[in-house]
Amino acid sequence: MKKTMQKPILAVGPFHPLQEEMEFFQLTVDGEIVTDIDARISYNHRGIEKISETLQFDQVPFLVSRVCGICSASHPLAYVQAVEDIVGVQPPERALYVRTIINELERVHSHMLWVGLAGHFIGYDTVFMWAWKYREPVLDLLEEITGNRNNYGNVKVGGCREDIPNELKPKILKELDGVEKKTEMLTKAVLDDPILHARLKGVGVLSKEDAIAYAATGPTVRGSGIAIDVRQDDPYAAYADLDWNVISQPEGDVFAKTVVRLLEVLESLKMAKEAVTKLPDGPIATEVKEIPPGEGCGRAEAPRGETFHYVRSDGGNRPIRHKIRAPSYVNVPSFKASCIGQHIADVTITLAAVDPCYSCTERLAVVDGHNNIIHDYETLLQMSREKTARIKKEIGAPEFKMEDI
Amino acid sequence: MSLKMWSLKKSVWVFHVNVGACNNCDIEVVNMLTPKYDVERFGIKLVGSPRHADALLVTGVGTHQAVIRLREVYRQTAKPCVVFLIGACACGTGIFKGGYHVAGPVDEIIREVDPDAIIAYVPGCPPKPEAMISGVVKVLSAL
Repeated sequence: MKKTMQKPILAVGPFHPLQEEMEFFQLTVDGEIVTDIDARISYNHRGIEKISETLQFDQVPFLVSRVCGICSASHPLAYVQAVEDIVGVQPPERALYVRTIINELERVHSHMLWVGLAGHFIGYDTVFMWAWKYREPVLDLLEEITGNRNNYGNVKVGGCREDIPNELKPKILKELDGVEKKTEMLTKAVLDDPILHARLKGVGVLSKEDAIAYAATGPTVRGSGIAIDVRQDDPYAAYADLDWNVISQPEGDVFAKTVVRLLEVLESLKMAKEAVTKLPDGPIATEVKEIPPGEGCGRAEAPRGETFHYVRSDGGNRPIRHKIRAPSYVNVPSFKASCIGQHIADVTITLAAVDPCYSCTERLAVVDGHNNIIHDYETLLQMSREKTARIKKEIGAPEFKMEDI
Repeated sequence: MSLKMWSLKKSVWVFHVNVGACNNCDIEVVNMLTPKYDVERFGIKLVGSPRHADALLVTGVGTHQAVIRLREVYRQTAKPCVVFLIGACACGTGIFKGGYHVAGPVDEIIREVDPDAIIAYVPGCPPKPEAMISGVVKVLSAL
């Protein structure tokens, strides 16, 4: 009889000192080499899509900006674009520019945050401290424009809530120049550093074919040589008027993703400055009185990739269905391609390299995890039908037929 | 003042517990450690295990899946400890009130485990790092 030995499993999480959020990875290891990876999520599921159905159209942007604290400009923007798609309203040009500026500033601080955390993950805390120091002026600018360092709450259906005062323009340009100088220095330092080359090059390679197969988005695929970007492919806000390039690198390793993010910071700073200089005069919002029945889609390029919102309205004052698809939802499964065959020590940085955001991703909760019953769509549907039948039996409701209506 | 309380007030080491937050408070918590605010100069330091911690920084609403772990983390923390509830969600579930996967508010969950827990509230969405530092100072001077 052949005896099989159980392979050792290494647990990472749910509360891991390196992780900001709860996530649980089971690494099947063979010595130092990772042979399989399994992710257990939904610790962070809060039921946002359902809560959204209880709020009015005007209140939802405040909720969806809390889908994820770092994408708190892109999620409301995608939602608002979906509702504007239903209404068929075009926001004034100044509002489009204000949206662009806020979104680009958000990308700058998000990418800087990632570069810092990546440094922290490989034990290079100097990079961590530098990057987080250089992103502070951006947060101060956002606070001056919108009133909050994160969670800006600046967009509404038909335009924006707060304007960028014209007096503030010179200050914004000056601060962004300062940030650009510091970022250039940081980029050169990172690209020159032999330690980072040794630690990141050839690690966690996501090939072009795998990136396509897993349908990954954002800097994750742009680091694998696929130059897709919603801002370029389906321009929204004022991106079509600005002069910029999509950054991509062919290698697919963690180093390529770092380079993509650092160069994107410089590109975003350039775009933000151009948008501030070109900022047209005029109102910042069109009045929208009511939302007609219908359905709409909105897309925006969040710092982590494409975020997609679908909203359906029945003519009332609340969305009757609101679907969110966040970028990490497609980026996280690509770990299957990039982590297997790596050393354990390289896995943390590979997991971090897609900049995963679990508060965005978790759209489903396992209701009965302790008995390991996983409710998929079919069983939930079955349970729902059984419940309806039971209630019908209890209250003695008549049989419902489609032909009756 | 007992020796344990006296020693709790010096160089507070904190363990960060996210029980269903949107990341915002978590970024601001990490922001406290970076050069602009730099609380490490006061001896406040993030540690990797609740057994090393004097204080828990709890962020988030407390989802059904997370509160089981939160109870366990609280039990593992060396007593006496201070629990800081950072942000509107942790203080009273905030905008997610009524969600089907929300088991919070977090303070009730912690009181179930230990009715005498020392709980401090830092409201805001997210609270600014200055507010968190002020919260720590207030609690330490009140102990």
